[in-house]
Formats: sequence, structure tokens, C-alpha cells
Amino acid sequence: MRIAVAVDGSDNALRAAEHGIILAKYLPEAYVEIIYVADMSKAKDDYLLAQNPESLVLKREQIVHPVVLRANNVGVETIVTVLKGNPSQEIIHHVNKSSIDQLVIGSRGLNAFQEMILGSVSHKVMKHASCPVTVVK
Amino acid sequence: MHTSKEQWFGNIRSDILAGIVVGLALIPEALAFAFIVGVDPRVALYASFTIAVITSIVGGRPGLISAATGAMALVLVSLMANHGLEYVLAATILTGIIQLILGAFGVANLMRFIPNSVMLGFVNALGIMIFITQMPYLIGSNTMTYVFAIVTLVLVYAIPRFIKTIPAPLIAIVIMTIIALTSGVKLQTIGDLGTMPNTLPTFLFPDIPLNIETLKIILPYALALSIVGLLETLLTSQVIDDMTDTSSNKNREARGQGIANFITGFFGGMAGCALIGQSIINIKSGGRGRLSTMTAGVFLMFLIIVLGDVVIKIPMPVLVGVMIMVSMTTFNWGSFKFLRHAPKSESLVMIITVAIILYTQNLAIGVVIGVILSALFFVAKISRVSVLYDAGEYKVKGPLFFASTTKFIQAFDTISEKEVVINFENSHLWDESAVGAILKVQQKLEDKGIKVTIIGLNSSSEQLYQQLI
Repeated sequence: MRIAVAVDGSDNALRAAEHGIILAKYLPEAYVEIIYVADMSKAKDDYLLAQNPESLVLKREQIVHPVVLRANNVGVETIVTVLKGNPSQEIIHHVNKSSIDQLVIGSRGLNAFQEMILGSVSHKVMKHASCPVTVVK
Repeated sequence: MHTSKEQWFGNIRSDILAGIVVGLALIPEALAFAFIVGVDPRVALYASFTIAVITSIVGGRPGLISAATGAMALVLVSLMANHGLEYVLAATILTGIIQLILGAFGVANLMRFIPNSVMLGFVNALGIMIFITQMPYLIGSNTMTYVFAIVTLVLVYAIPRFIKTIPAPLIAIVIMTIIALTSGVKLQTIGDLGTMPNTLPTFLFPDIPLNIETLKIILPYALALSIVGLLETLLTSQVIDDMTDTSSNKNREARGQGIANFITGFFGGMAGCALIGQSIINIKSGGRGRLSTMTAGVFLMFLIIVLGDVVIKIPMPVLVGVMIMVSMTTFNWGSFKFLRHAPKSESLVMIITVAIILYTQNLAIGVVIGVILSALFFVAKISRVSVLYDAGEYKVKGPLFFASTTKFIQAFDTISEKEVVINFENSHLWDESAVGAILKVQQKLEDKGIKVTIIGLNSSSEQLYQQLI
């Protein structure tokens, strides 16, 4: 079974990833695909806050790495997919074109106003992804 | 995207569509930048057309959008106020020459020396300055001006939630202009600033005396424009490189900016550079190749010639609203987090860069001082050297070079043993002063009758030592 977890460096995403790892641990022949989307609309700010292209690579690795570590600690195999673009669109597009059996995603816990301005990634993904989706709160 | 054919025609459909979106997005800002400098809207619109078209051909980063920009507009404000348009055009031509020369000498390689604390200071000061330029227009004006500016601001933030393909500022402008026209509210409009172009730009030599006096006036501006333009262009190129996972020739881009500004000045346009916001819009809309930038420029000119009569009816407060949005997106809000987490010296460099720019009203001076300051902080940081006594040896930790030798020598001021072993395992000799400092310590100690043994030099330090002695 191919279980995908979407991470963005937040605590919520990490909790979601842990849930995905647990699922993979107890399901036969399951592995975890860690999906990270570099948000294009934040490209300028990400770039300004990093010293150079190399440290940007490091920053992205630092987001994915803890999840890889946690999975490997409990003996779960991982693959990492880094995408660029709009997070919800990229996740939906990737999930629907690959044969992913289950997607686990964290909810950012935004209030109504923030959700109106920023939009809920988990909500959009839930609506448009063609595989079962688990949203971890 | 390696061959020229691929760079032009590798992505035709998406490039043309993205170019049209960017062309639409360029108009509100070009008008507003003309407003900042205090020139006829034509000066910024012609600039956006020629710069976009020329950089699409000679630039080094396919998909990069260059046009009239806020950063360049801010540099030109006082030149325009004190000397007039002809000098603005002359400064633009000279900027082109300077950028072309800098590009030929590989200026892009110097980007590595500009730390992110200085870049953050630059964009933050830029955001604050754009915001401040809009204030005189609002403060003390009538209620309707405020209402239009604020409603526009709300619209540009709300629209993207519902309509993603058409740039929000443009939709806001169309809505607000229709409201202003139908309600009959009296507001200042673009038409009050000057006439709109109804022809393509024509070649003209700026009407200025060609003498040293003129050069003295325009050179400081041209230098500042060159620095500011290249900084923003190279930053934007790197962002686009990262977004598209491709590399680009930064020195060619610098030369391309030079050629574009040089020609633009002769066609009555003000100096410009790459636009971060518009370039990101281009990439997000699917633009990747040179055709996207070319389309943006051509479509902008086409719209202006066709719609010139409508454009002059746009109320000024609407542009103020758009510009406040631009200033908000230019400012890096992550900087507050940066100030809390970054090393103190980097936070200080950022704050000083902002302060100097706001005090001098000159982006270039702030950047130059910021770079010098951070270089000094860096030297101070790596010049920390310590000497510890451990297991019969004096262990030197840290690099030895001109800035760190004094502390190294002082460490041996109070030695009382008969024999001293100095271990350089955790050090590195970088220059003559390092070798000189070792000799000085040796002599000083031997004068007191202490025997000195040196161990643990790494091979390149050893080599330098042998070479110099």
C-alpha cells in the first residue's frame, strides 16, 4: 500500500505524518510517500530569508527530514516527492495521477477569517482528491 | 531550455497566455510609477514596452519580466523634481551604459557578496518608501478619495480568492472606474497627470547640453539606478531560477538590462528593471520562455493605444490603493521573525540598511553601506582566536590572519615556563601577518629565554610558512 503524507514543516503536518507512519507500520507491504510542496507564491519571501540557493535546499530538506527519520525509526520505508507550485493544486494533481491508496494531511486549524483569506488546503484536497483522505487535527 | 529556438518557441501557447496576463498586470503599476516620479504616464508606459521587448531578446533569464519599476521610480523622484524629464531620460541612457559595462565585467558574480540581511533591508525600505509616497495624496484629501483608495485595497486582496486568471489590481481598477464614472463623483484622474500615448514611441535625443555639468548631475543618479536595477533584477532571476528549476546567465541578464535602459532613454522612457511580482505572475500563469516577456510588452502597448481614452478616466485614489497593496507585498513580513532568530549582527545590518535608505532616500547608498557593514561583521566574527593551555601544549583555535593576530600575540604575554609547545592543529595561517605573528611570539619568548616548538601546522599553512621564511 502506498500511503502519502503531505508536510509543510508545521506541527500539525508532523502529527499527520506520524499518523500516516503508524498506518504504514501495521498494514502489509505499506510504505510512506512524503510530499512537500514549495509554495510558489512564497518564492520571493523564501528566497529573501535564505542566504543563497544552497541554504534554500537545506531549509526544504529540514522540513522533510524529521518525517523520514521517524518513519525509518519504526522500520517504515519512505520515498520523498518535492513539488513546486500552489500546495493544494499540486497535492491534488500528484495524488490523482499516481496510484496513491491513502492520503494523510494535517489541518492548519485556521479560524473563519484566516480561512477566507488563505484558503484551507486540507479542505480543497479533500474535495478534489480521488483517493481516501484522512485529515488529522 | 538551452537553444535559442526552445527559449522562444518551446512553450508558445502558455507563453502567449501568460504574457497577456502580465501585460494586463503591468498597466496599473506603470501608471502608478509614473505618478510617483511625477512624469507623464507615457514615460512609464513607453519604458515598460521597450524594456520588456528588448530584455525578452537580449536578457539572460527567459520568462523574467522587466519594465518600469517602483524601485527605479523612487531613485528618479528628486532628479525629476530638480531638473526635469530630459535629465531623467539622459540618466536612463547613462544607466544603460553603466549596466552594460558592469555586465561585461561579470557583476553578477558579486551577488554572492550581498548577504540576505542587506537584501531584506533593501526590500523593506522599498516597501516603506512606496507606502510613504502615497501618503501626501491621501492626507488632507476629501472623504471620497479615502473611500476609493480603501475599497480598491479591499478589492485587490479579496478578488484573488474568486478570480485567479485575471490580475486583481486590473479588475479593481475597472470596477472602481466604472463606479466613479456612473456615480459622477469628482476625483482626480490619470488624465490630470498628462496625456496618454496614442502612437508608438519615437526615437529622440534628450534635449540636454552635452557637457561635464550635465554629467555631474546625472552620474550619481545613473550609478544609483544601476545598482538598484541590477540588485532587483538578479534577485528576481534567482527566484525564477528556483521556481522553474532551471539556471540562467546572470551576466547576460545584466548586459540585457543595460541595453534595454540605453535604448529606452532614447525612446522617451524612464529607467526600469525586473519586477519580482510580475515575474512570479508570469511563471505562475505558465510563462517560461522569451515569448512571454515579449507578449507582455507588446500587449501592454496595444492596450494603451486602443484604450488610451478610457485609461485617462481612471481615478487617482484607485492607483493609490493599488500602490499600497504593492508596498505591502514588497515588504517582507517574515523579517520580524528574522529579527528574532537571526544572529544579532545580521539583524543590525538589516535595521541599519533600512534606516540609511529612509534617511538618505537613496536605496543604493543603503545597500552599499549594508554590504560593507556585514563584511566587517563577518571579519570580526571569524577573527575570533583563542589560545588554551592543555596537557603541556598551547592550543591555538581559530584562523590566523590580519584581523586576528593581535589577540594571538597577547595570549603569550604572561608565560613563565621554560619550554613552550604551540599547537596549530585547529588553526590555519592565511597571510603574511599570521606568519609574522608567530615569529613575533617566538622572538618575544626566546628573549625571555623560553624555548618554543611549533607543531600541528596543516599542509597549506606549513607551505605558506616555509614560503615566507
